[in-house]
Amino acid sequence: MLSVQGLQQRSRLLQAIRSFFYGRDYIEVDTPIRLPVLIPESNILPFASEDWFLQTSPELCMKRLLARGCERIFQICHCFRKEEQGRLHQCEFIMLEWYHTGWSYLELMEECELFVCSLAKTLPTFQGFGENGTTLLIDDAVVDLTPPWEYLSVTEAFERYAQRSVEDVLAKDCFDEVLVAEVEPMLGWRKPTFLYDYPTVLGSLARKKPAAPHLAERFELYIGGIELANGFSELADAREQRQRFESEIRTIHANGREGRVPEQFLIDLPQMGECAGIALGVERLFMLLSRRDSLLESVPFDRASL
Amino acid sequence: MYNASDLRKGLKIQIDGEPYIITEFDFSKPGKGQALYRTKMRNMITGNQFTQTYRSNDKFEKPNLEERTMQFLYAQDGEYHFMDTSSYEQIFLTEEQLGDNLSFLIDNMEVEVLFFGERPIDVSLPIFVNLEVTVADPWAKGDTSGSDTKPVTVETGYQLQVPPFVEQGDKIQIDTRTGTYITRVKE
Repeated sequence: MLSVQGLQQRSRLLQAIRSFFYGRDYIEVDTPIRLPVLIPESNILPFASEDWFLQTSPELCMKRLLARGCERIFQICHCFRKEEQGRLHQCEFIMLEWYHTGWSYLELMEECELFVCSLAKTLPTFQGFGENGTTLLIDDAVVDLTPPWEYLSVTEAFERYAQRSVEDVLAKDCFDEVLVAEVEPMLGWRKPTFLYDYPTVLGSLARKKPAAPHLAERFELYIGGIELANGFSELADAREQRQRFESEIRTIHANGREGRVPEQFLIDLPQMGECAGIALGVERLFMLLSRRDSLLESVPFDRASL
Repeated sequence: MYNASDLRKGLKIQIDGEPYIITEFDFSKPGKGQALYRTKMRNMITGNQFTQTYRSNDKFEKPNLEERTMQFLYAQDGEYHFMDTSSYEQIFLTEEQLGDNLSFLIDNMEVEVLFFGERPIDVSLPIFVNLEVTVADPWAKGDTSGSDTKPVTVETGYQLQVPPFVEQGDKIQIDTRTGTYITRVKE
């Protein structure tokens, strides 16, 4: 739990985040956190709120705002995911999510670099930043923040750190296990790392790479072995999106749970156009920048204190 | 039955018919990926350790474990015999099963014996036990060697460091968790 000083520091981070996006002509939005239907995702369990649900992410409503004509939007909001509790997970957490129309994931990765570098300039007293705000101190490591950061494809990462091909781990149904045990701990130590180009089956709401449709334009940002953000070139094709939802719903039903297609979202989706979007865990960012060891130390109230 | 989401440090589960205790636990979940429950555990019978990662739909049986208060009767041919103080039932554990506990076990001592089903698999000693010193160098008054402790042997054969004033025939209290001297006991 945070002391008064810790709360002040957290407030300065939130202010710096907002300044960055206001300074780049984003508008801040806030969308309903209680919704009648969510994105069907077999690996994410929502909390029911009467016959509706608490949001697991603000993605559906934010994309509908893009479809309405917004060009650049961001949001800092609470999200809820059942049964996620650990050093880097809480059932309720704060997400920073932003979207930029006309962009692909490439521009978004560059904006991530600018974002963290701008925080280093704005928040020089944060314990995580080294002298001159060009490095981030994590454990005993010094992570160089100077752009460009490290860009590592999922294929290269599995070959380099696990000596296995992505095809092999997918065929043996152990992609997540190998990623967590062998790949993730190695990422983002010399410089922050973008792990990019995921197999399409793990592409979620990312569009396929035009030149290589077995890959999806999705990336994850890692710093000091910790996953900080997940971004996409967003899938804007409503027909393909419906197919992916339906396939995901089949998995959800097979797991004995309920799931349905967010129809309103699919109606609006064709108006959204090309865009890129990203979700970033604010408490994880705060933990890294303020050199705290766990999320529990980085929040105003931890679960046990409620 | 336990679900994967019940896993935590200290939980006892049954795998392939044997009881395990979880000694380390970590929840992880890569972005858009599955929840993974990473555990390190120890087989409560063999002591073997291993690590294993589970997914959220994995389920675990509860081991049938029960502690009973028993009194140590005697040792014979490497078998250590105990008696249930309420039912008078007798069982034995092997020297190997008792391990370091043997340093502190004396006749008539009451201990907690852990049963897996009908099978005794472990004992927990009282945290503090009083044992008699059987071998100690006499306390040389005026010894200025500067040493704060000296080695002694207690009735079980266990050796430990104690303050110089402890003499042969004294009873001393020992912490069985650490094996260290606590105090001299007057009886």
